Amino acid sequence: MEKKIMGYVDGRLKEGERLKMDEHLSTCAVCQLRVNEFRAVNVLLDELPMIEPSAAFDVRVNARVAAEPAKQSWWGWFAPSPRVAFAASMLLLATVWIGSYSVSDPPQIDQADVPVLENYDVISSFEALTELSQAVPADDASQQNQDM
Amino acid sequence: MLDVKAGDEQSFVLLLHRYRSPLINFLYRMVRNREQAEDLAQEVFLRVYRAREDYIPSAKFTTWLFRIATNLALNSVRDNRYQRMEISLDAPVTTDAEDGDEKTMDVPEKHPNIEQHLIEEARRRMIRQAIEKLPDKQRAAVLLHKYQELDYGEIAKILECSESALKSLLFRAYETLRVELAPLVAQQAR
Repeated sequence: MEKKIMGYVDGRLKEGERLKMDEHLSTCAVCQLRVNEFRAVNVLLDELPMIEPSAAFDVRVNARVAAEPAKQSWWGWFAPSPRVAFAASMLLLATVWIGSYSVSDPPQIDQADVPVLENYDVISSFEALTELSQAVPADDASQQNQDM
Repeated sequence: MLDVKAGDEQSFVLLLHRYRSPLINFLYRMVRNREQAEDLAQEVFLRVYRAREDYIPSAKFTTWLFRIATNLALNSVRDNRYQRMEISLDAPVTTDAEDGDEKTMDVPEKHPNIEQHLIEEARRRMIRQAIEKLPDKQRAAVLLHKYQELDYGEIAKILECSESALKSLLFRAYETLRVELAPLVAQQAR
């Protein structure tokens, strides 16, 4: 009932709800009194006069609006400096070009090297190879040959 | 508002003229100080202007406008930034601020019935004080409902609550007003 009373006083209830409320009020003195009192409150609230905006109000609002900076779109940022815009676009272009070049050609493996790589484990653990003398640098080897 | 969004400055002036009075009255009754009400109203219009390009007409313009105003008013009251001037016993007696700004009471000698005039002043003061005593959200609900004549759906959106919660809010507010204004209500309800 609480939520319907305001709507009834305002005249905002739907037709069906209003008829039900009328029916209830015809038998309920408490609710009828409450409706009358709420209507009285409504009338009393009308007694408060409206105030008028001060003469300076519009002037102040217009001044504050005029002082607002003009809105710029994101590209408007570059408008004051075409050189910056040109430099930025060149930098962007260079970055894209370098990026595409570095990923376009992955290193190629010669097919002839593949069997060697496949046999690497066998060669690295081949006992006969460990019995060979240590390899010497090329310069030392040629020196030894001359001494002989 | 769509014209303002399109960059028509003249439409903003029209909006200002159309809504300044209801807005200032609403804010005045919320913050209880005329000067602060005008400051807040300026802020509302400035926010509307700033948001013009992002405005999407998903709700009524009045709902949007009063939502901004209500939030500003509730924050203002909550932050206690705008404290009402206490009337000192030593200060000159002033008239009801509803008539304009605080003016020194000047009972018009030419008034045909001074007694009647004083009774009317006392009634107004009583009504104003009863509204001021309401909790902030109830006061906002009553002001939007009674003086702006917005429908329940709009007020609920402004106060960010359900329609059902709003009806309870209004009922409780009217209950308080009925008690506070009992002598006047009794005369009226006869």
